[in-house]
Amino acid sequence: MSQINARQRLYRRSRSSIFHGFDPVLTGAVALLLIIGTLLVYAATRDWYSRNGLDPQYYLKRHIINIAIGMFLAYGTTVIDYRLLRAYTPIFWGVGVLGLIVVLIPGLGSKVNGARAWIALPGGFQIQPAELAKIAIIIGMSMLLSERLHNSDEPSSRDVLQALVVAGIPVLLIIIQPDMGTVFIISASVVTIIAVSGAPSRWVAGLLIIAVLGAVVATKTGVISQYQLNRLQTFVDPTADTQGAGYQLRQARITVGSGGLIGTGLFNGPQTNGRFVPEQQTDFIFTVAGEELGFLGSGLILFLYLLVLMRGFAIARRTDDPFGRLMTIGVIAWFAFQLFENIGMTLGLMPMTGVPLPFISYGGSSMFATLIGFGLIQNVHARSRG
Amino acid sequence: MNQRSRLNLLVVQILMVSLLVALFGRLFYLQIAAGPKYRDAALSIQSRDVVAPATRGLIVDSSGVPLALNKVGLAITIDRIAIDKQPDKGVAVMKSLSSLLKLKYADIYQNTRLCGELPKGQKAGCWTGSRYQPIPITKEADPDVALQIVERSDQFPGVNAEPIAIRNYPGLAGVNGAHVLGYVGPLTDSDLAKENGKKYFRSETIGKSGLEVMYDSYLRGVPGIRTLIVDRKEAITAQGQNTAPIAGDHLVTSLDVRLQSAVETALADAVKRGRASGYTSDSGAAVVMDIRNGQILAIASYPTYDPNAFEKGLTVQQASDLFSEKKSVPALSRALQGLYAPASTFKSVSVIAAASAGYNLNASYNCPAQIQVGTRAFQNFESKSQGVMSLKKAIAVSCDTIWYRIAFDEWLRDGGLKPKSNPNDYFFKAAQSFNITQKVGIDLPSESTSRLADRAYKKSWFAQNKDFYCNYKDRASKAQQTPFLLLLAQENCVDGDKIRAGDAVNFAIGQGDTVVTPLKLAQMYAAIGNGGTIWQMMVGKAIVKTDGTVVKTMVPKKLGSLSASAATLDFLHGALREVVVSGTGAGVFAGFPIEVSGKTGTAEVFGKNLNGSLKDNTSWFASYAPSKHPRYAVVMMVSQGGFGASTSGVGVRKIYESLFGVKGNKVVPGAAIFPDGKPPTKLPKISPATKPKVAP
Repeated sequence: MSQINARQRLYRRSRSSIFHGFDPVLTGAVALLLIIGTLLVYAATRDWYSRNGLDPQYYLKRHIINIAIGMFLAYGTTVIDYRLLRAYTPIFWGVGVLGLIVVLIPGLGSKVNGARAWIALPGGFQIQPAELAKIAIIIGMSMLLSERLHNSDEPSSRDVLQALVVAGIPVLLIIIQPDMGTVFIISASVVTIIAVSGAPSRWVAGLLIIAVLGAVVATKTGVISQYQLNRLQTFVDPTADTQGAGYQLRQARITVGSGGLIGTGLFNGPQTNGRFVPEQQTDFIFTVAGEELGFLGSGLILFLYLLVLMRGFAIARRTDDPFGRLMTIGVIAWFAFQLFENIGMTLGLMPMTGVPLPFISYGGSSMFATLIGFGLIQNVHARSRG
Repeated sequence: MNQRSRLNLLVVQILMVSLLVALFGRLFYLQIAAGPKYRDAALSIQSRDVVAPATRGLIVDSSGVPLALNKVGLAITIDRIAIDKQPDKGVAVMKSLSSLLKLKYADIYQNTRLCGELPKGQKAGCWTGSRYQPIPITKEADPDVALQIVERSDQFPGVNAEPIAIRNYPGLAGVNGAHVLGYVGPLTDSDLAKENGKKYFRSETIGKSGLEVMYDSYLRGVPGIRTLIVDRKEAITAQGQNTAPIAGDHLVTSLDVRLQSAVETALADAVKRGRASGYTSDSGAAVVMDIRNGQILAIASYPTYDPNAFEKGLTVQQASDLFSEKKSVPALSRALQGLYAPASTFKSVSVIAAASAGYNLNASYNCPAQIQVGTRAFQNFESKSQGVMSLKKAIAVSCDTIWYRIAFDEWLRDGGLKPKSNPNDYFFKAAQSFNITQKVGIDLPSESTSRLADRAYKKSWFAQNKDFYCNYKDRASKAQQTPFLLLLAQENCVDGDKIRAGDAVNFAIGQGDTVVTPLKLAQMYAAIGNGGTIWQMMVGKAIVKTDGTVVKTMVPKKLGSLSASAATLDFLHGALREVVVSGTGAGVFAGFPIEVSGKTGTAEVFGKNLNGSLKDNTSWFASYAPSKHPRYAVVMMVSQGGFGASTSGVGVRKIYESLFGVKGNKVVPGAAIFPDGKPPTKLPKISPATKPKVAP
């Protein structure tokens, strides 16, 4: 009794702090990634913008604003009991799908790098509905696969099918854009959620087979555009295209490789300052870390990601609530596949797609989405005991 | 959580850790294992070297008078990066520049294109240097024009006027020296690709020919390098290393500008004299050598060209003229690249051969109008019988039939067409001891190797041509199918590898397949004059640093010695003196106050000129002087110049006049080029301001 009281006292006291429920390791790792990301965004843009007569802090300022908004969203996501989110999930999902439809309407959606993935807003801001859709899919699937209307410990095939419809509609819309990087990340996360939900193994195996077949058919039948195909081909043979995707990938590898053990020092990378790698504040930001911070710095970034993932798994294991667990796993899978796709592309392990690096790349939508994802994990962590 | 969930969670966790490990491993490979490779690749992407060329060393004559120096020119340059940024890519600027400089717009456009930018076959006049250095349109602009460009810089954006170092051959004392000095030019891709361990920089100027190329590594110096870091738009973002250029070393030569000038004039006059006598006289060469050490005091080739033309920029016409047959290929240096039958000058060799064969050099021999050699009669020169005479006289009047007789007899003694296994070969051996088939070793590029028509030559010739002559009807063109040529081909097929009687007798008078360069003949006569030593020929004497320190001295090298005995050489000295006293050279040297020894040569040449006329004889005069204590060897050759004496002999006399300071038939005191009777041995002080001495 006294033990429970003690715990309740602790609960109450910590509840009064705004830091209540924050996992210190997870929060610390994310905070470090945000700081490193801010420095890298600044390093990626400072020289070039000042040399070309523009505000050298243009991207820095916007990035800090994005982080501030993202932190506010993360805090909001953390303090509201995530179980209440269930009620809003259909609205969330609906908004996401609507956004994905809007981007496909010419005049409303804008095309960047071959994908119609952006909605332009006044003031030069853009939002990417696919980022929001990721969260909607993860919460929606977690809900459907954790609620039991029948007396069983595992989701039925009907549950799985419902979940697949929830994921499938936005994924199809993203395929039309086409943004294959995001499709890959969402698909991998969906399979992961289904696998951990305890659904019958045939579903996991079947989905994996469908994913492989789908990729083959898409490449053969032209569902994947020529632009996507070029990027894939240069992944297989980097010498095939010397100025386009192949050029970018080679420049990225040279830039990372030239950093060596300790790098050139922050703001001192000639490849970065010369802006030889395109999109280096967004998709190719890891090249800045590679060149200026070297193996030690970029290795540290990988280590921080490892901490984030490990804490995520620990939180997923500890919670008694299947919904919270699946949601945590979904977010962790999203982070993991996205960072693997992004860094893997930079290092030449993955084909070229346009996905940002979580917590580090410049870009509002991505920053908001990843920080909301972080907030969701924290939320589960905060409510997993007591 | 059911069992499957728990297991799958573990699998997912392992999968994700594996993904991170994969990234980590790849990162390690790129940055640590392959790091140096990528660092090099990055460096070539970001850095641009700007080369500040070093001041090229001077080339001076033996008393320090500059033959090649550096002049400050006023260059009008175009900055490609600047004009490319203009909306019309600089077209307007280049157009107004072309009217100001009175140059064609098309030339300016072409001159400012990098060679790599232009399609194959349209690269003529392109810029071989880099985009990051100013590209010169002209190097010798009028100061007024340059001033206009500087003052109206707003009208000429990207155009600049600046002083520039240009290579200049000042031509002091009227010297040309194009063939010996050579010229400089921009690096070509093959120069850059040359794996000779030397590191060149794209914008450096290097020696292209003559002494400029032979001593390039000393003359060129070390350029200064400024490394610039650029961005994707090629804008400069930072500066890397910056080293100052180190000036090149000077080359002291054994040439003398006054003598060189005199030799060039004497040669050109000889060619004119030949033409005035009705001979084609297409080209010629002359050389003066110090017979005690092989140093070249003067070397000339005709026709020549303006050595400064390359730095001024060759027009297409000038460039094609250099190699035009009609213009007698002025680019060719006849002294070391031309091969000609030595004719009677070769009788000095035959004297040595006869002596070693046991012929009495002091006996008398008959000089008939012709000698029957097998089935053919070989005529004396101009088919004249000169009666019985001493061998000395035979050399002086250049009797051929005496040598036909001796050579034919010796050929028969060696077995004729069925040679003995160990033939005496006196004639071949005498010639071989002159090192004829070895180069004279001069420090100039592309020296030709002289050819000796001995047994070894015949064998190798046959190996190469047997197939052609034995299948003559199929291989030869229609025009070559005359009955005479068919017969000749048949003969060549049967015994083309053998020395035939005709070959043997021709060999003795320097006709047939034996051909020598004028330098080789000078080296041979120097060896006769100095008592038998064959010296390597050298133009360079020493390499001297800008502060006066001697870096390297070229030590004279003995390449061999003659096999002739002292008595034979004594006889030969007397005979060669007799040529000038009473023989074929007597008229030319009548009254000359310095004793000269020498030999005329008039070589028959087969073949036709471009205009269809038969080729005229090669005119030779090979000599040394003073006869008692010889110091200089002088050889002149005029291709298709006619008689040896009247064309080349007169030219050689003129050279000796300058050398010894002779006016008319008198030595003018103090007028000799080398007042001590020998070329200077001390190295001179080097200054670009040194002027040649003026004779009284």
